[in-house]
Amino acid sequence: MKTDLLIRGGRVIDPASGMDAVLDVRLRAGVVVEIGSGLTAGPERVFDASGAIVTPGFVDLHAHLREPGFEHKGTIASETAAALRGGFTTVCAMPNTEPAPDSATVVEALWERIRRDARVRVFPIGCVTRGRHGKELAELSELAASGCVALSDDGSPVADGRIMRRALELAGALGLPLSEHSDDPLLNGGGSMNEGVVSERLGLAGQPAAAEIVAIARNLALCETTGGRLHIAHVSTERGVELIAEAKARGLRVTCEVTPSHLFLTEGAVFGSGPAPLYDTNAKINPPLRTEADRRALIQGLKTGVIDAIATDHAPHSIQDKLCEFDAAAPGISCFETALGSLLMQVKGGELNLVDVIEALTIAPARAFSLEKRHAGIGSLTLGVSTDLVVFDMDTLWTVDAARFVSKGRNTPLQGRKLLGRIRAVVADGVLDDREGVARG
Amino acid sequence: MTGELLLGSAEISRTVRRLAHEIIENNHGAEGLTLIGLLSRGYPLAQRLGAAIEEFESAKVPVGRLDIGPYRDDVTLRPTAPLLRPSQIPGGIDGRTVVLVDDVLFTGRSIRAALDALNDFGRPARVRLAVLVDRGHRELPIRPDFVGKNIPTGLVQHVRVRFQETDGEEGVFIVGSEAARA
Amino acid sequence: MLELEEKRLTIAADGVHAWRHKDLLDTDTLSREDIDLVMSQADAMTEIRTRPVGKVATLRGITVVTLFYEQSTRTRASFEVAAKAMGADVVNLSATGSSVEKGESLIDTVRTLEAIGADVVVMRHGKSGAPYLAARYTKSSIINGGDGRHAHPTQALLDLYTMRQHFGDLAGRRVVIVGDVMHSRVARSNIYTLLASGADVTLCGPATLVPRTLESGGEGPRCRVSTNLDEAIEGADVVMALRIQKERQEGGLIPSLRDYIAGYQVNARRLARAKPGALVMHPGPKNEGVELAPDVADGVGSVIEEQVTNGVAVRMAVLYLIATARRP
Repeated sequence: MKTDLLIRGGRVIDPASGMDAVLDVRLRAGVVVEIGSGLTAGPERVFDASGAIVTPGFVDLHAHLREPGFEHKGTIASETAAALRGGFTTVCAMPNTEPAPDSATVVEALWERIRRDARVRVFPIGCVTRGRHGKELAELSELAASGCVALSDDGSPVADGRIMRRALELAGALGLPLSEHSDDPLLNGGGSMNEGVVSERLGLAGQPAAAEIVAIARNLALCETTGGRLHIAHVSTERGVELIAEAKARGLRVTCEVTPSHLFLTEGAVFGSGPAPLYDTNAKINPPLRTEADRRALIQGLKTGVIDAIATDHAPHSIQDKLCEFDAAAPGISCFETALGSLLMQVKGGELNLVDVIEALTIAPARAFSLEKRHAGIGSLTLGVSTDLVVFDMDTLWTVDAARFVSKGRNTPLQGRKLLGRIRAVVADGVLDDREGVARG
Repeated sequence: MTGELLLGSAEISRTVRRLAHEIIENNHGAEGLTLIGLLSRGYPLAQRLGAAIEEFESAKVPVGRLDIGPYRDDVTLRPTAPLLRPSQIPGGIDGRTVVLVDDVLFTGRSIRAALDALNDFGRPARVRLAVLVDRGHRELPIRPDFVGKNIPTGLVQHVRVRFQETDGEEGVFIVGSEAARA
Repeated sequence: MLELEEKRLTIAADGVHAWRHKDLLDTDTLSREDIDLVMSQADAMTEIRTRPVGKVATLRGITVVTLFYEQSTRTRASFEVAAKAMGADVVNLSATGSSVEKGESLIDTVRTLEAIGADVVVMRHGKSGAPYLAARYTKSSIINGGDGRHAHPTQALLDLYTMRQHFGDLAGRRVVIVGDVMHSRVARSNIYTLLASGADVTLCGPATLVPRTLESGGEGPRCRVSTNLDEAIEGADVVMALRIQKERQEGGLIPSLRDYIAGYQVNARRLARAKPGALVMHPGPKNEGVELAPDVADGVGSVIEEQVTNGVAVRMAVLYLIATARRP
């Protein structure tokens, strides 16, 4: 049911318009129709948001919903419910499913499931190559026509530079960004964490930062050659950020994202905080958590705008996928429900600026994949069109308890950690998720 | 050491010399004797007995030390376990007259463990037992051959022997008698 | 040496040991006191091994399971002999091959072993960290018999014991570990025991096999790193050669074994630069004529056989301490 609601007295932050003030927001039939001071209540319910933040619904460019093919890890129903829980009202679904969306048939079947089960808006990302095998291009025009918002082979980077070049050319002509997990698989060597002090200490094979850096450099060169639209997925290295900054300065059509995990954690999370190593498989992620210097460079990149978006790389896994030896564990973090909490911890700690964070969660990702052109109002509070918003407070300190996740994936390295901020209400596609009953009366 | 002093330094010394005489008498000399002191305080006692026998008989008697820790019957049952120490028995024990030496004879379990240990070192001709103090309360059929002093005690009491070599003081004390009276 | 022993006797008068660790997973969390304790108990075990009957019944009623996911003859035999010499019952389980690969099975396996009464599980596993996972899910004590390239604590302790037999105190002694440090669990565990003992450690090998992160100055342990054995060996008290796996050549980490031998074989010419009487060590099994020149492997400084003998005593000590650790 589309909501009629007056949200009173919140700090409204809409980076798309530069708005940042204490204001009231009126929704009629789920649409933002009025923003102003001292709005008088009509027949709609009133939600007292004083002390809270009101922003557009969050947009995630990188999530793994696991359906079809891996329903034991997560389903569209369970993971979009988790997204809603975390304030994400638009989610782009990565194509590492079985079957992989490499043709219109698969994408159409996916749309069916999305229409039936999704709790938030979901856009599919199509494959770059057939079956994500990196050998032959997928049916790119078909994928574009069937509504894919981007192309990616996800965790199987396109190793062959010629294929990458052709893909960028064709995707560019179709107006689709190519989201690339930039990694040189040979240099990477199948390591299970960042190569460095901690991997040496733990006797784990490491992935050198260079594996990401050379892949980013190659992809940027191909982006320049082809004039295509390149999106660097989850950049994790200091040098990677520098290369992207330089490419942007040269006017390349490149965007990039960072995950809350890489902003918040370092490779030390694998070791844990005790004297003896933890080998925490929940801190295993691809690209791996890096060094403190890298983490600081990512924070800086977000501040300077080199990094456009914060994307969760939400990757739910079953217990068995993680309850095993580190090398054997599946990479990924269930991130929807902790993303805002860890980001607000960093805002509170002075590492991040709140408005930067909101921008990177809303309008910046929307523009990176041109989502606001597919559905007006995504990522902003635009009068008469926007239907998504989030109300959250900044001050509630809470403790992560994965057992209470809505996501099927309980895999978080933040278990037991204190995070900040509580989401009080979400309006997704005009429907109010009034989790605290705050809008009564 | 707090507690009631039963034997002082001079008395211990006299007792050791008497025990040495008894061992020589029983063995008809020092021939074939090996003294083995149980760690910790049986060992200095064995060394003193060895020195006394050497003085009386002008013959060197091998003195060894034995850690019964590995042979205790309660090692894996108790909350704490003994720190193990290397044993050393010069010349071995095959065919020898072994005199096991300990400071206090109580339940007899230490001596049982020591007899087990000796099996692993060889086959002595005979085994004797010399103790400075016999405080009674045997739990096993074990009887000393040479006794410095019989001290009847209550079960809650403890007899503590202190030697200069191991403890930096000298004396036999009885402790816990206050608790016994109370 | 004798003086040390006498001192220990005095200190140890009627003592109980203070070992508190449920498991032995690596040497990194051992205090100096823990290490000294293992050494002193190994002294007692060494003496037991010299008796006509070289075994005792101290650990009767204790069940030790050796659970090996990787082939091993030496370590497993050493643990088995050690456990039997302490009077424990020993059950040997092999899990090589693909039948038990996933962690769920590892947890199931150790829980099953606990249920059938395993007090101590000696575990070798090809994946780094696997014993940590096992230890979290069982009340049985886990002794790490080698995990991936991570740790091999009993090897480090027996190496330390062998060095201390020759030098007593290791403070200021120069130890050069040469070879494939990167893939060596032996080297990793040795670094902690050696540094805790005050030794000066140099890691030496081809640049591809010696991680720079182990160099002092970084966040890692304080070692020196060198790629030049001729320089590194200068004035060494101990030269410990590591086994080089043939796969390293296939993986392109070294051009050839010949190339490795030219740069890093410990031979008589190089050993002459070490201190007179320097010890030559190797954890075994050696590649004949690769890590050590034959005349060095069998030379006067070689203590390789002592390492093997000491291995039993040190493992007896570890089994004893773990099986009788202070219980609350």
